[in-house]
Amino acid sequence: MSAEDTPRAVHGRAPDVFRRGGWVPMRCFDDEEEVDFAIVGTGAGGGTLAARLAEAGFSVVAFDVGAFYRPLEDFASDEREQSKLYWRDERVSGGEHPISLGSNNSGQSVGGSTVHFQMVTLRFRPEWFKARTKLGYGRDWPVGWREMWGYYAKAEAAMAISGPISYPWGPPRGRYPYRAHEVNAAGQVLVRGARAMGVAWAPTPLATISAPRGLAHPCVYRGFCKSGCSTNAKQSVLVTYIPRALKAGAEVRDLAMVGQIETDDAGRATGVVYYRDGRWRRQRARNVVAAGYSIETPRLLLNSATARFPDGLANSSGTVGTHLMVHSNHAVWGEMDEEIRWYKGPPSMAVCEHWNYEDQKDFHGGYAFMSQGPLPVDYAQSFVSNTGVWGMELRRRMANYNRMAGLKIVGETMPQEKNGVTLAEERDRFGLPVARVTFGYCDNDRRLYEHSLRFMRRMLKAAGAGDLFETESTAHLMGGCPMGFKPDDSVTDADGRTWDIDNLWICDGSLFPTAGGVNPSLTIVAMAERIADRIVALAGRGELERRGRRLGALAG
Amino acid sequence: MSRFQPPYPGYDVLAKWDTPSWNDPTRRVVAERLTRVPERRFFDPHEWATLHAVCDRLIPQPDRLEPVPIAPFIDDKLHRHQSDGWREESMPRMEDAWRRFLKGIDEAAQARYGRPFVDLGPEWRDLVLRAVQKREAEGGAWGDMDQKTFFEKSLLREAAGIYYAHPAAWSEIGFGGPASPRGYVRLVADRRDPWEAPLEREDEA
Repeated sequence: MSAEDTPRAVHGRAPDVFRRGGWVPMRCFDDEEEVDFAIVGTGAGGGTLAARLAEAGFSVVAFDVGAFYRPLEDFASDEREQSKLYWRDERVSGGEHPISLGSNNSGQSVGGSTVHFQMVTLRFRPEWFKARTKLGYGRDWPVGWREMWGYYAKAEAAMAISGPISYPWGPPRGRYPYRAHEVNAAGQVLVRGARAMGVAWAPTPLATISAPRGLAHPCVYRGFCKSGCSTNAKQSVLVTYIPRALKAGAEVRDLAMVGQIETDDAGRATGVVYYRDGRWRRQRARNVVAAGYSIETPRLLLNSATARFPDGLANSSGTVGTHLMVHSNHAVWGEMDEEIRWYKGPPSMAVCEHWNYEDQKDFHGGYAFMSQGPLPVDYAQSFVSNTGVWGMELRRRMANYNRMAGLKIVGETMPQEKNGVTLAEERDRFGLPVARVTFGYCDNDRRLYEHSLRFMRRMLKAAGAGDLFETESTAHLMGGCPMGFKPDDSVTDADGRTWDIDNLWICDGSLFPTAGGVNPSLTIVAMAERIADRIVALAGRGELERRGRRLGALAG
Repeated sequence: MSRFQPPYPGYDVLAKWDTPSWNDPTRRVVAERLTRVPERRFFDPHEWATLHAVCDRLIPQPDRLEPVPIAPFIDDKLHRHQSDGWREESMPRMEDAWRRFLKGIDEAAQARYGRPFVDLGPEWRDLVLRAVQKREAEGGAWGDMDQKTFFEKSLLREAAGIYYAHPAAWSEIGFGGPASPRGYVRLVADRRDPWEAPLEREDEA
């Protein structure tokens, strides 16, 4: 019985991710039973929230269209096979700079994109939460940095982040839960370059354990992180929050595609319509949370349009599916004299955030850059689609694989209304209109990545690399359903609660008002931790059923 | 064209098959790739032959008695409608794009040399492919499809992805290959674990 063909989490049990062929008991709910929360998506946002709400005593059902894997037996050390972890259902990508999706930024399995993420867990720079007020671009977040700092620490503890004793940028932070990993040769190239350029560097805080944790042993540096971790060292949501959620009584439904959020005549959410095991079904719920990330969450809201909400749910402001952001992922590569063998270890073991914290520059926003370690298929595909090299020359260039080193940015792009998600004419295997994604860089985005290419070129050269070349790409998704301060220019309030529908929430990266110059996963988990606390607090005040007056007044 | 000398001639990643670097899920997947090369199901015989001729130029393997199969895996992917998870809006659907390309290079070959692509020698084949890459290939089959985008983002990307997913290619470039559960110990430059490809200078010594 393959995980992709038949639901595994049924009949009162779910896969035990720590044991081959193992099961853990799972509480199951009837479709007819009105649960407290139906959560759509089980990644960094939804998986985290499911655990926290179940632990707080709420009844929770979490849906994921992807499979429920046991990494120890289901994950091969093979890039091609493991593309099963990516969202491979059709989507249309347009605009001035159509972005790559699939392996680039979209997961499809229980645990979401954290199953294939590269484990880089960086905090936002404090000023970014007030980007408009303090730095003069984008939007302010409706959450303050001090509060988020507390949730970062919580998220880092939950994922047992391995990080350095002191981090060179930003306000002091507490110790990371686990010690930093030894920086591999690819990372040492960045270290050498940073010293030559006079900028700081750090071992990257990573969500892979450097000492045993429960049934998982420490990272063995096999390097297949982007293809899923087969030893469970990676602290994905699949092996952290999902087991917690199950233990606390949440139900997780794998291979379950939610096609619509239903609303009643009063305009409140009543549950979700989902496809599982060959038929469409309906789960009743007192609250619905969309946690499908920056493409699927707006798509679901748009696909749930009714006569009362003709432009989609929670969209009276017209901002659902707008302000989608990516990270520019420009890179410089070069050949070293010595053998680097960058396939060993997590791909990005050293980081430089200098340009996130330095404001003397000709663009808004910032970028972090990291050492690289792409596996052969990933590297070859990036190489050929950027350089156009083929023939014997391709094999010759690829034969330098073990001597290559690279630096790649996570570059902040600006929130632009025109970049976003709409519905296409095409339909997917469930008969649902697919997402049409539009993206185009603005002048500021271009100044940012050009700056980064100039800097990284000099740095890589200073580290001893020759025959430099550049590649461009994008990574990550942020925004699409921005949270904000008021109902007329955002989709939700600071708690992820939609302005239009009291019992409809969003909890994923689509809430980001700005992108920041760091990988988004940690911030998504931290935000979900915060939203969980807020929901518990609101429930305690009797304000889950209806938005409280005080909040309403604040909003007005 | 200068000769290509792979840097690790004595290294075979498959020698690790029965070691702690390989586990059952990996052995299953790689065995399937090595022993079950997909049969033609999507393309017609002429398209199939043309695609083989194309792949032979994109990634030439004159040094191999048994070249790494590339075209069969492209056919298989198209037969199974296996998307990468997106399509550029300006591009036709995948199935249509590949057929346009194969027809287009035949038209360009006819226009230039008066014969179909498969009947061209290697140099002429390369000239036709370079014309596609430069958006200069003749023929009506292309329609509004951007030649360069298809060539680099679909054709070349796909071919490279298939070739470098093969153990023969892993050995060729000295990639450690599958590494679960054993992984690696020595992470610093110019050091290797005993189960990695030997350094060149060890070979020379």
